[in-house]
Amino acid sequence: MTNYVQLLLSGIAVGSLYALIAIGYTMVYGILRLINFAHGDMFMMAGFFLIYIAAVPHMPIWGALLLTILLTVVLGFMIERCAYKPLRSAPRMSVMISAIGVSYLLQNFATYFTGGLAQAYPEIPLISKKIEIFGVSTKLITIITPILTIVLVLALVTLIKFTKIGMAMRAVSKDFETSQLMGIKINSVISMTFIIGSFLAAVGSIMYFSYYEQVSPTIGAMPGLKAFVAAVFGGIGSIPGAVIGAYIIGICENFIKSYPVIADLSNAFTFVLLIVILIFKPNGLFGEKLSEKV
Amino acid sequence: MKKNTKILASLILAAVFLGLLIFIDNSSLKNSMLSTCLQKGAIYALVAVSMNLLNGFTGLFSLGQAGFMLIGAYTYGILTIPVTSRGSVYQYFDGGLVQFSIPVIPAIILAGIMAACFAALIGLPVLKLKSDYLAIATLGFAEIIRALIQWKQIAPLTNGSNMLRAFPTYDTILFPFIISAICIAIIVLLIRSSYGRAFKAIREDEIAAEAMGVNLFKHKMMSFVISSFFAGIGGALLAMFQASVQAKAFTSAMTYEILLIVVIGGIGSITGSIIASFLFVGCMEWWLRFLDEVHYIGDFKVPFLRTGFRMVVFSIVIMIIVLFWRKGIMGNKEFSWDAIAKFFKDPFGLVSKKKKKGEVK
Amino acid sequence: MANTVLSIENITVQFGGVVAVNNLSMHVDEGEIVSLIGPNGAGKTTAFNAITGVYQATNGRVSFNDRVILESHPTGKMRKLYAGENADLYHKIIKNTPDKIAKLGMGRTFQNIRLFKELSVLDNVLIAKHMRLKGNLFTDTFMINYKEEKKIRQECLELLKIVDLYDLRDEVASSLPYGKQRHLEIARALATDPSLLLLDEPAAGMNPQETEELTALIRKLRDDFKLTVLLIEHHMNLVMDISDRIYVIDFGKLISTGTPDMVQKDQRVIDAYLGVAEDE
Repeated sequence: MTNYVQLLLSGIAVGSLYALIAIGYTMVYGILRLINFAHGDMFMMAGFFLIYIAAVPHMPIWGALLLTILLTVVLGFMIERCAYKPLRSAPRMSVMISAIGVSYLLQNFATYFTGGLAQAYPEIPLISKKIEIFGVSTKLITIITPILTIVLVLALVTLIKFTKIGMAMRAVSKDFETSQLMGIKINSVISMTFIIGSFLAAVGSIMYFSYYEQVSPTIGAMPGLKAFVAAVFGGIGSIPGAVIGAYIIGICENFIKSYPVIADLSNAFTFVLLIVILIFKPNGLFGEKLSEKV
Repeated sequence: MKKNTKILASLILAAVFLGLLIFIDNSSLKNSMLSTCLQKGAIYALVAVSMNLLNGFTGLFSLGQAGFMLIGAYTYGILTIPVTSRGSVYQYFDGGLVQFSIPVIPAIILAGIMAACFAALIGLPVLKLKSDYLAIATLGFAEIIRALIQWKQIAPLTNGSNMLRAFPTYDTILFPFIISAICIAIIVLLIRSSYGRAFKAIREDEIAAEAMGVNLFKHKMMSFVISSFFAGIGGALLAMFQASVQAKAFTSAMTYEILLIVVIGGIGSITGSIIASFLFVGCMEWWLRFLDEVHYIGDFKVPFLRTGFRMVVFSIVIMIIVLFWRKGIMGNKEFSWDAIAKFFKDPFGLVSKKKKKGEVK
Repeated sequence: MANTVLSIENITVQFGGVVAVNNLSMHVDEGEIVSLIGPNGAGKTTAFNAITGVYQATNGRVSFNDRVILESHPTGKMRKLYAGENADLYHKIIKNTPDKIAKLGMGRTFQNIRLFKELSVLDNVLIAKHMRLKGNLFTDTFMINYKEEKKIRQECLELLKIVDLYDLRDEVASSLPYGKQRHLEIARALATDPSLLLLDEPAAGMNPQETEELTALIRKLRDDFKLTVLLIEHHMNLVMDISDRIYVIDFGKLISTGTPDMVQKDQRVIDAYLGVAEDE
């Protein structure tokens, strides 16, 4: 029984982390119809940012955290400006290739800068503390992560529903050209989307690496892909969908990992789930149907 | 240019190239960086062309190439390791499940067929998906294959996450060139046939293609299966080139590299993919190597140069190509003697530009 | 009496709650040129797309050369939503994809020109011949059926001569002027060896002279290729000049049918086009 509780708790924690990354994917896709392959690598970069900043003498940990988030946001903003904006009128395939190029660049840059070895993540005093819950010993972070995720998601949904920029985002995701004609500053909306996505990725990164304690240059790819699957699973473009998809994947994955016979296949499971959902519900659980006019 | 002149020029070019290869093969250059790059370039050319058939000519954005190469490489490896060596290769699994081995050429063909069979299986559900969903589903499929092959339960067959080795490789560097050339020639013939035209029609406009009687699913499936067949053969060649093969190397990064080759060469250009393959491999393995080593000019230590810098420069170059030179080397055109002749008569269109200006006046 | 080539019975196409085509019935006889007209948004193109299999009709039946190519009735969610008529008339579901329908001999053009833009003019037409080839992937790739290839090439060049595009055969389709692109669409549809040709606004964007030439071309094609033609068009001169019969729809419903003279005098048609005066 305690075993199951432990699995469920860590599943929820991992699911929350996927959720934070998945929102970045789903928002960008909703607006640009672009799978931002570089998003997972942004998450990895955020991990390294904290390692290097925390190593600076006399740097308080809260300062390091804030700087990490700030740097990640700037990075996300810059990527959009440099790699995606020039291709606004290009075919979608070109933009996707550009995203793959950025991902390749970030990974190679991180390998160069860090020497390619995995590095230990600094301990963040408060959230790395061990606690006991339901008779199970776990890090405090396992509890904090889901709460923080829910709070952030609620804040985001509020932002999108009730603010002016949120309304602009919804308009742009419905119809790119028309919103432009209606006077929406499309570039600032897109930048805002990337800023929010990067912010969440940075927060997710802090939680994730506090949990797994190590960062390496290629570590972003797998959680990135899984978060994307979560976004597709929930119906791409839908934030609650992405969150629910992320929790399902996080929890299932943890249970699969606990059975030695199939533990190796936990990554494969995510993609089987993807293919199954695409066959039976191509638009995901909460996705909208898009059809082409003939 | 006359047709005969063109054929003659092509033959001379091919003969010179062949002569060069034979020379390298029989000289001390055989184990040089040049020879390595040529071999790897030939193999990547085949895989890039097979990906171009799918992405460039049929317009299906698929990212499963590494998965199909993996299937090809493992099929070849598993089937050809000599029975006497199996004990040491499959040391943790009592010599493994397969206790026979077959000759090289049938094994290469089987590698292709195996990849094609998997493609047919996966194509059934995923080929109905729209562009970016197809990309992510095929990418996911490649990950599934990679995880499955390393799965402990089938390790007696695949050797799990351990290396496959001791299978026969080739003695002459001509071998990968000949196999690649035959395969690429077949792909070229296919693209120029009526089926190739149908593939292009699907790329241009699915709805119009369907209204003209092109069965979308059937033709997409054909393109997907054929592309995977040749990717499988490419995988087998890569296994021979490396003399060993391990599943963990066939990551999505490998697919991305092949995709970038296709982009650099020009999406929809066979010759572009071939040229880009050699350039890519050359830069990656050879010409940019100096960036990875510390250099001094006099007493001045050149900054930045150390392990990994090569790849950073390389990826920046790729980003520049993707952003500012979207058509790649060849665009969607092919190499032709006419274009070469035209180039020498009028380099960079200087003459014709002047003419156009004159016309306006 | 001539054979009926195309017979449409009670076709309804409904998207969500919107009924785009409502209970439309019409027929086209062999050798006829029939026009389907109506104000913008009346559902003409939707009807075309339902006939050619691009959209799934919600209800009704379509037969082509005495063969049922489409039959449908409201199912699933649509059973509750359905707002058309004759929901209980049909009980089978017969679907055909557009490529099968094209193979049966129905060639079409598109209102918003859908050429294979990056391909040459000749390739555009050759693609339409693809389904008629007897060769398979193997014989085709290794050029074992080169004679057949040569033959279809010749046929396609002949077609290009007819629509006056022979000299432009190696040009990229998207580089053609607008009117020529419309001609290429017709040539491409003809290359599918159709017995029925569906033209969706072939004269859209043409000037009066070009329209006149097009009228002559359509007549010529009908006679030379023994075609039956179903046409959607807004150019009333062309429609009245060329049609044997006309169907008029408005808001998805058939409001009038008959010879050009009859339709022109029909008060319902005039109202549909000009609007009805409000009662005082």
